[in-house]
Amino acid sequence: MPSENPTPVIEFSDVSFHAGQTQVLRGLTLQVAKGETLILLGRSGSGKTTTLKLINALVSPSSGEVLVNGATHREVDVIRLRRGIGYVIQEVGLFPHFTVARNIGLVPKIEGWKEDRVQARVQELLHLVGLEAEIAARYPHQLSGGQRQRVGVARALAADPEILLMDEPFGALDPLTRDELQREFLALRQRLNKTVVFVTHDLHEALRLGSRIALMEAGKLVTVLTPQEFVKSDDPWAAAYVRAFGDGLESIANRGSSWT
Amino acid sequence: MDVIRFLFRNHTQVLELTLEHLWLVGLSTVLAMLIGIPLGITIAHWPRWNKPVLASANIIQTIPSLALFGFLLPVPWLGARADRLAILALTLYALLPIIRNTYAGIRGVDAAVVEAGRGMGLTESQLLFQVELPLAVSVILSGVRIAVVISVGLATIAAAIGAGGLGEFIFRGLAMVDNRVILAGAIPAAIMALLADFGVGWLERQLRPR
Repeated sequence: MPSENPTPVIEFSDVSFHAGQTQVLRGLTLQVAKGETLILLGRSGSGKTTTLKLINALVSPSSGEVLVNGATHREVDVIRLRRGIGYVIQEVGLFPHFTVARNIGLVPKIEGWKEDRVQARVQELLHLVGLEAEIAARYPHQLSGGQRQRVGVARALAADPEILLMDEPFGALDPLTRDELQREFLALRQRLNKTVVFVTHDLHEALRLGSRIALMEAGKLVTVLTPQEFVKSDDPWAAAYVRAFGDGLESIANRGSSWT
Repeated sequence: MDVIRFLFRNHTQVLELTLEHLWLVGLSTVLAMLIGIPLGITIAHWPRWNKPVLASANIIQTIPSLALFGFLLPVPWLGARADRLAILALTLYALLPIIRNTYAGIRGVDAAVVEAGRGMGLTESQLLFQVELPLAVSVILSGVRIAVVISVGLATIAAAIGAGGLGEFIFRGLAMVDNRVILAGAIPAAIMALLADFGVGWLERQLRPR
């Protein structure tokens, strides 16, 4: 289990966010340690996506502070910050007018990498996410859903960010592809040692992939637990999740955590 | 047959008026694009300006063209030369389809694509020039196409204030009650509209994102 790192990579301190009249997040205090995979688990509307977007400054807190590597967003260049944080979303959001290679190589290219270095990086990443080299020349609409999401992950990793934010990246995939990608995610996690914040509403996924699970409900953080703690928890919300997802969770929790 | 014989006999004048017509339509379309595309981009990003801008362009569109030419006639610098005035009026009319389509094109870009781009650390201008505009270009061009086709027709009326163009034949033919002369203006104008429609349509297909 993650040791209590003295300087967390990401830190929320008493963060609230409201959009117009609606309170989306209330008094969120949470720390993400280096190298861990923190799962934000919750229902739609629980504020987990907003929490994720606070990290890469796609939204700004109404009150409180969000610190990445000890600095608030006001103290850093937000564009630079985002280039150092990989971002993967459920809809993938590949640029439809760019080839796979251009999609993956975009950030390195605007960062001023030489063309042959960009191409080498693209090939390296395609291999890393389990795609054939010739896919580089294709357009997103010529790919399957699973391939697209793999390209999305490759694109997020392109500039070798320290932090990876993933917003239900496997949510739209069929069960077999999802299983495959989850397994590859675990393998990747072990090799790359990134700090990952991962949003999902699927408890199976949370137990399998997370080193800790932050359970959210109605804009508030309910509790933060390890997968093993989660399946045995007395917390009413955690217990409700466990009930809803049924049997066999403990084995998932134990198997999933084997990589730590 | 008479019309064709008339066109051949007066081919220098036909050519001259066609070129004038092209000049009126071409320059006004370019001006309308220079104004309309940035305006459309602006209202797509700042929706607060959306209603006032589109409403103004709409109102301009409802002014009868002959009346607009008339209104502008007493304006000092403009009124001095009829072609200036015609170009301004044609520019104003071309604005609405260009602004509206630019707005629709940019708004039509998949929100997930824009969010992913922003999340990756693209600046707003990189997002605009590398993502939004390339994805919106065919919608924007279809607005330009509508504007050009309307312009070719409207520009014939510019002859009423002495701005030249193929409308001269039409007005002259009307005065002489001579269909040949009317058609000598109308047919080249119709051909021009068709060619413009085809040409911009072709460009639109070439630039359409896959």
